[in-house]
Amino acid sequence: MKRPGGVLRIAAPLRVLAQRFTFLGLVAASVGLMVLGKAETPIVEQARTLVADAFVPVLDALSRPVATVAETGEKISAMMNVYAENQRLREENERLLNWESVARNLDSQNRELREILHLNPEAPVSFVTARVVADAAGMFVRSVLVAAGAHNGVAKGQTAITGDGLVGRVGEVGERSARILLLTDLNSQVPVLIENSRARAILAGDNSDQPKLLYLPPDARPQVGDRIITSGHGGVFPPGLPVGIVSAVGDGVVRVKPFVEFYRLDYVRLIDYGLSGTLAVGAPPPVSRRSGR
Amino acid sequence: MRPLFLQRVDAGARAAAPLVLTLMIVIINVVPLRLPSYSVIAPDLVLMAVFYWIVHRPDLLRPWGAFMVGILDDILVGTPLGVNAFVLLLVHWMIISQHKTLRTLSFGLLWFAFAVIALGAKLILVGLALAINRGLIDPMVLLAQFSFTVAVYPLVAMLMGRAQRAFLPAT
Repeated sequence: MKRPGGVLRIAAPLRVLAQRFTFLGLVAASVGLMVLGKAETPIVEQARTLVADAFVPVLDALSRPVATVAETGEKISAMMNVYAENQRLREENERLLNWESVARNLDSQNRELREILHLNPEAPVSFVTARVVADAAGMFVRSVLVAAGAHNGVAKGQTAITGDGLVGRVGEVGERSARILLLTDLNSQVPVLIENSRARAILAGDNSDQPKLLYLPPDARPQVGDRIITSGHGGVFPPGLPVGIVSAVGDGVVRVKPFVEFYRLDYVRLIDYGLSGTLAVGAPPPVSRRSGR
Repeated sequence: MRPLFLQRVDAGARAAAPLVLTLMIVIINVVPLRLPSYSVIAPDLVLMAVFYWIVHRPDLLRPWGAFMVGILDDILVGTPLGVNAFVLLLVHWMIISQHKTLRTLSFGLLWFAFAVIALGAKLILVGLALAINRGLIDPMVLLAQFSFTVAVYPLVAMLMGRAQRAFLPAT
């Protein structure tokens, strides 16, 4: 055994001191990052998206088997309910056939009216379909990471939807990844309409599963079951997208249950309402981009 | 000389196991599970792994390791950058300051200690949410996540214990 020499006797307390400084330095660094992030410093966002880009392939690979297991489970439960489901679908089909004829009539009428008014046809929108690879199960934020980014034509502010309705909007974009702020997130505010009464409101998330309706006009009397759609005010979301139904009214708080079941998100469509037509030029065709409505 | 070099690589890889495993848990933690209401009760797997390794091998999960874990967690989960890094650094400090007691505890008491530290971590998070997001976290969600985190700890501790015996058998 060697006895600790004179150097070590001085070095040991120095090391403790250095460790303490490292610790305090790291605490200061994390506080500094929070402050920089709060001030929306671009470099913080770039660093985030860079790291997210790097991890997206791993997350994509990991999330596939989980998705397969979940799908298998759904298939099994679907098989067990096949009779009841069939019954339900028959009834729904009958109802939808009625609606189809109504829609056809309205469509032709609409076209005629548009012709009379010489209304410009709506520009076709382009969209990117992206897979959800990470799901933030935290209590701080409600967002998901998708495996498509600027490379695929995703841009900040685009609207994310599924077949069921509005999901949210693109918050951060990397080269191959993007973060979507769900409409249940604390920072999400969507201008909406109550479909029947056309009363305007803001749908504000609070990190719970059911966001709240704010700034309702005093004469609006929302009922449980009322459909909520986007109003298009403010120019962030296009008008008319289905959002959810009123689920609870009381104590001055109106809650909305979104049509989209966020825990089940697999693919989302990221729609660009402003850039129609320009996306096809220049950018290489991504894996899954389609255009048209 | 060759075996000596390989031995060094081997020892290095083994010493990196706690940090690498914890980073893997950060990644696994964000994989979408497609379970209804999971986001409401989601247990904090990262906190469990960090707690386990700092208690059992503080020499292999240093503050900078906890910082890295926190930053990656922030980026993948989408929390403001620095939030989880800050929480995990304070967790590191809490564990190290009581380390002499913690390392002698039986599993049951260690589990209780984890509950106390998890509560501390959640309260810090609530404070940060208030400061940064200016939003209150739903107390029911907080309670559900805390209870679930405490309930699942033995499972994660068992898995980490296996990994410890496999990679770091001398300890």
